[in-house]
Amino acid sequence: MKIKEVVNLLNAKIVSGEYLLDTEAEFVFASDLMSDVLTIEKDNLMLITGLANLQTIRTSEMSDINKIIFVRKKKATDEMIQLAVENDIILIECDYSMFKTAGILYQSGLKPVY
Amino acid sequence: MHFEFNIEGGNFSKAGTASSQLKKILKQLNVDPKVIKRVVVALYEAEVNVVAHAYTGQIFIDIDTNKIEIKLVDEGPGIPNIELAMQQGYSTASPAVREMGFGAGMGLPNIKNNTDELHVASEVGKGTTVKMAIFLIS
Ligand SMILES: Nc1ncnc2c1ncn2[C@@H]1O[C@H](COP(=O)(O)OP(=O)(O)OP(=O)(O)O)[C@@H](O)[C@H]1O
Ligand SMILES: [Mg+2]
Repeated sequence: MKIKEVVNLLNAKIVSGEYLLDTEAEFVFASDLMSDVLTIEKDNLMLITGLANLQTIRTSEMSDINKIIFVRKKKATDEMIQLAVENDIILIECDYSMFKTAGILYQSGLKPVY
Repeated sequence: MHFEFNIEGGNFSKAGTASSQLKKILKQLNVDPKVIKRVVVALYEAEVNVVAHAYTGQIFIDIDTNKIEIKLVDEGPGIPNIELAMQQGYSTASPAVREMGFGAGMGLPNIKNNTDELHVASEVGKGTTVKMAIFLIS
């Protein structure tokens, strides 16, 4: 599924990496715990998280996560956006809960890591 | 090649800058992306540990054709029981650290998982030294 479809389905807003709207998403992991995220081996992963701080972006940089959806109306700061731009990471802000976000994407065919 | 970085304990906004630098260096050296990920995830976990649990630290990185060796030396409270600290789920992280998305007691086991060699030494009241190695040719 293309990122622009994800954005549409979630009624969300892309705040970094607009030029990557045609990128494909396939595997998704949802967590607020970066300790957990760092144990995932899959590359080019999409992360759903309610944790919006600089370490969310750093963790993604190290884990080769190139798409992040912030749920529960969490917003990316300028500093986070800057770091995401440096690393070609797509940032999406979504007003839905983590459960609803994950449910919609799962139903639309995106895959879990395990 | 030899590289050194400093780590500031408690400064979460800077946590990961060394790992980020190393990632760029390894990319430039055309190291296999799978190996890069293992190296930078392991270093990042160790870097965050110094930020979360110690006061100040230094990172020493040596890259040669066969392996990448990383040593982190910190001044901090030390680890009283290393065997216990290595167990998944054991954590003494503060509420502030947990708020940052860490403190699940998964870092040291994850470093072990991502490296070929890991050695942790510590003196209570002084600090901790974490040495790790990843082989480039299997
Ligand atoms: N550099 C260090 N200095 C002092 N104590 C440490 C250090 N590194 C680890 N520890 C101790 O070992 C415990 C386990 O570390 P580990 O990295 O596995 O988990 P954590 O840092 O608590 O949580 P997580 O890594 O999941 O964010 C820590 O909670 C802390 O008590
Ligand atoms: Mg840790």
